[in-house]
Amino acid sequence: MKESMIRGADIVVQSLIAEQAEIIFGYPGGAIMPVYDALYDYHEQIKHVLTRHEQGAIHAAQGYARVSGKVGVCLATSGPGATNLITGLADAQIDSTPLVCITGQVAAHLLGTDAFQETDVVGISMPGTKWNIQVRRVEDIAPAIAKGFYIARSGRPGPVLIDITKNAQVDFGEMNYAPCLGFRSYKVHKPVEQSSIQEAAELINQAERPYVLFGQGVVLGKAETELKFFLDKTGIPAASTLLGSGALSQDHPCYVGKLGMHGNYAPNLLTNQCDVLIAVGMRFDDRVTGDLKRYAKQAKIIHLELDPAEINKNVKVNIPVIGDCKESLSMLTEAVEKKTHSEWLAKFRELEELEKEAVMQHDISPTKIGLTMGEVINQINQYKADDAVLVTDVGQHQMIAWRYFNYKKPRTQVTSGGLGTMGFALPAALGAQLHDYSRQVICVVGDGGIQMTIQELGTIMQTKAPVKIVLLNNNYLGMVRQWQQMFFDRRYSFTELNNPDFIKIAEAYGIKAQKVKAREELTEAIEDMLIYDGPYFLEVVVEKEDNVFPMIATGCSVEEVRLS
Amino acid sequence: MKRYTIFVITENFIGILNRITIIFTRRGINIDALTASESRVDGIHRITIEVTTSEDMVIQLVNQIEKVIDVIKAFYHEDEGVVYQEIALYKIPVTRLDGGLEKVIRQHNAKIIAAEPQFVVLELTGHKEQTQELLEILKGYGLLEFARSGRVAVAKRMVTIDDFIK
Repeated sequence: MKESMIRGADIVVQSLIAEQAEIIFGYPGGAIMPVYDALYDYHEQIKHVLTRHEQGAIHAAQGYARVSGKVGVCLATSGPGATNLITGLADAQIDSTPLVCITGQVAAHLLGTDAFQETDVVGISMPGTKWNIQVRRVEDIAPAIAKGFYIARSGRPGPVLIDITKNAQVDFGEMNYAPCLGFRSYKVHKPVEQSSIQEAAELINQAERPYVLFGQGVVLGKAETELKFFLDKTGIPAASTLLGSGALSQDHPCYVGKLGMHGNYAPNLLTNQCDVLIAVGMRFDDRVTGDLKRYAKQAKIIHLELDPAEINKNVKVNIPVIGDCKESLSMLTEAVEKKTHSEWLAKFRELEELEKEAVMQHDISPTKIGLTMGEVINQINQYKADDAVLVTDVGQHQMIAWRYFNYKKPRTQVTSGGLGTMGFALPAALGAQLHDYSRQVICVVGDGGIQMTIQELGTIMQTKAPVKIVLLNNNYLGMVRQWQQMFFDRRYSFTELNNPDFIKIAEAYGIKAQKVKAREELTEAIEDMLIYDGPYFLEVVVEKEDNVFPMIATGCSVEEVRLS
Repeated sequence: MKRYTIFVITENFIGILNRITIIFTRRGINIDALTASESRVDGIHRITIEVTTSEDMVIQLVNQIEKVIDVIKAFYHEDEGVVYQEIALYKIPVTRLDGGLEKVIRQHNAKIIAAEPQFVVLELTGHKEQTQELLEILKGYGLLEFARSGRVAVAKRMVTIDDFIK
């Protein structure tokens, strides 16, 4: 053996350092122990955060990746450790979040024998990863990690899983790390075709009622400025998807609101009145489009999209502009004429007034005794920092928080969009906070979702991550209850919760906690929370049976958006 | 609904076939036949998949197959765009050999490729319609076993693997 040789486990850690990973979220166990042993020697170069569950680790890595734009790194053992990552992988896959997850695996000679804690994680995770691989030899570790990081962060980002057998971790090999710069089967993206830009520009120039829908692709492509310039020049009204929020400041004159099942009234309704629809970095999810047969049929559609498989997937488009939207948006801005669309824009503002009267008034300044989720978020808006990150779970609170939070900066929105993973918020907020201790991270969560990953309060305690947790407690699985009320004759089947004393739980974890039941206590409580130096748990008891509106019911068209 | 041949040019890595078939499973599309083999180029495999579906669907399938990281290229053709063959084997008991069968073998250009004391094996290479026709006839001759390969195909279009790995 040559003296320059090191253990495979050291190669794993050195490779992560070479990829400039700053932080690993993980949980040790038998088959990954050599890597944990190696980590002991590198604690000054790379930080490790011990979560309380592997699901917590991967959601934390997602939260970190979403706010930082970097690859989130996650470490787990074989068998149950690996299978506990699956929800997070599926979530990251559908929301295009770059992750590299490394799992330990039983020694190569035991593979396929049902050895202790052996599971075919490569097989199980195949549909939920952008790429995965099993590494059985020490010499394959560094190339696999290099390739994994490249795949995770390039093109349309996504999660990668690298399964490393125990023998590869303990064997000795050479560390010659070479970053991956590409390979023949994987073309990241082609340059944008000028002809498609010309066609798109002509259509936009002729349009009387053009309309921009923007999604997370703008954030992933770091094209926020390009989007702004495009809108500045064209004056086209622009609406955001759930994950696109933050890509454009809500103060921008072209910003007209949010799309989708619980988005704003005008942006949904007017989708069916525009003459040219310009979709930027979004994928026409069914929660955005409603009934496809009645979606924007009157409009010519331009789709700026990186992933060719998204073109014509849900909505047939007239002009696909394939490529990086940072590139295509600036090319398009060059090619279009300077215009304003004040009349058309005014239509959005008119309908916005309707929504204000019918919905927002009730949500933000209720006359009822019970607190509403909307007024809590509205109060948070008064005191939050401009670049505060909002992390939400899934359900009513998610929709309300999204509707009322005032997004001003990019990468301020972290939520589980495509997969709708309850239990996402608490660990994701932890991950987002650990990227930057000084940034305000507000975790809004429901009483159902928080109990799916509540153990991560332990990680918050241990890391002292100053996450501001706002629990909106209505003692219900609120969104399911709303559906039961509206579509299942109020048959509240298994949606009411008998909850624990959340304040005691938070305090047991050493986290400062406060409970608010009355309107007059709310403002001060939020102020106290946001100025507090350290993690903080604020429980707000809200109206039990409040509903989220506007709403486009399943199977309905965007123009059938309901205000009540 | 139409019959399409999907060609997939891939790296020869473990698990690639699984990644591809998952795409069909997710959308509930049945694979009529699938063959995998080496290509002309070392380390590159080709997979030929036959499906009956709509053109919209086949386009989406191909787009998603091409997204698989280790897939170099995927494309599809209708039957008119490919030259293809399938091979079929038929096991017949010797007790049923007679002049009638001889005529059938001659008419269909089938070959006897094995003769054992108890049975003979016939082989026919051609399109599915041809091998199917013979199958129906041989059912009347006490057919013991039948096996048919998936489609082996090459595209008529003048592109080569080298165009994709540049």
